[in-house]
Amino acid sequence: MKCRKIAQFVLLLMGVTMVSYGAIRGEAATVLGKAIKLCLECVGIG
Amino acid sequence: MDKKTSMLSKKTARLRGWIQAAATLLTNIHIPNLFKGKIYQGKAKTVCVPGLNCYSCPAATGACPIGAFQAVVGSSKFKFSYYITGFFILLGVTFGRFICGFLCPFGWFQDLLHKIPGKKFSTAGLKPLRYLKYVILIVFVILLPMLVTNSVGMGDPFFCKYICPQGVLEGAIPLSLGNAAIRSALGKLFSFKCLILIAVVVLSILFYRPFCKWICPLGAIYSLFNKVSLLSIKVENSKCVGCNKCAKVCKMDVDVRKTPDHSECIRCGACIKACPANAIHYQFMGKKYK
Repeated sequence: MKCRKIAQFVLLLMGVTMVSYGAIRGEAATVLGKAIKLCLECVGIG
Repeated sequence: MDKKTSMLSKKTARLRGWIQAAATLLTNIHIPNLFKGKIYQGKAKTVCVPGLNCYSCPAATGACPIGAFQAVVGSSKFKFSYYITGFFILLGVTFGRFICGFLCPFGWFQDLLHKIPGKKFSTAGLKPLRYLKYVILIVFVILLPMLVTNSVGMGDPFFCKYICPQGVLEGAIPLSLGNAAIRSALGKLFSFKCLILIAVVVLSILFYRPFCKWICPLGAIYSLFNKVSLLSIKVENSKCVGCNKCAKVCKMDVDVRKTPDHSECIRCGACIKACPANAIHYQFMGKKYK
C-alpha cells in the first residue's frame, strides 16, 4: 500500500512536470495547430 | 465498508450509461457544427479530451490525445511529446481505465452496439489478442510517426490514417454530408477506413468492446496505470460469499476477486452491481467511495 502511494505521488509529480515542460517548449501550440485544422489523414482523404 | 458506501458505488455503476452520454456530449459540445460541415477552431483544442474522440469531428470540444501525440512526434520541431505523455500519466494515475468505462465516446458507441439483440460471443478464448493493442501503440502511434518522415522531417499520424475508425464515424461522415468539397475529395483511403469501421461495428454487435480489448492504443496506455490508479475497485474478502457472480458477469473477462487492478478492467461496475453481499465497491485514494 505504501509503495502504491509513493508510485502515485511520483507519477503525479512527473505528469505535472512533463505537461508544464511540454507546454513551455511549444508542444501545446503544435497540438492546437493540428486540432483546429481538418485532419486529412483522420477523415480518410490522405 | 458501510452500507452508504456500497450504495453509492452501485448507484454510480447503475448510472454508467447516463454518465457515458454526458461525457460524450461534453466531449462534442459544438453540435451546431455538425450541420455546418466545419470544425470548431477555438483555443480549447489545446487541451486533450480523456477518451478517443477525433479532433476533426465538427462538434469536438478538444484534441484527441492519440492524434495529438502523433502530431507532436511527427512534427519537424519535436521528436517526443512531454505534453501529451504527461497528460497520459496524470489521467492514467487518477482514473486508470475508468476513462474507458465511463468517459470514452467510442467505448459508449460499442456498448450501444452490443445492446442490439442477437447472438453474442465470449472473448474469453481470445485473450492473446489483448496484446495487439500494445503492438499498435508502439508501432503505429510512436515508432512510425517518429521514424518515417518526409523531406521536411514530418511523419504521418499512422494510427489515425490507417486504423482509427473514429475519424470516419465522427469526422468524414458528418463533414462530407455538410460539405460538398470534402465529399468530392474522399477516395480509396476513405473506403478502406469505412471497411474498418464496418468491421468494428459488426464485431461490436457480436463481441463486447472488441476495439477496446484488441486495438485501442489509448486503452493500452491507461491499462498500464490500472495497478496504481487513485480510483480503483476494492473487494472485501471478509464479506465475499464465493458465489463467483462477479467473474461470470464481467464482459472484460476479469476475475475481480483475484485481480481487482487487472489491466483489462474498465471499472464498469458490472461486478459491483452483481455482488449479492455488497463486497465490491469503488475507492479513491485508498478511501471508501463517498
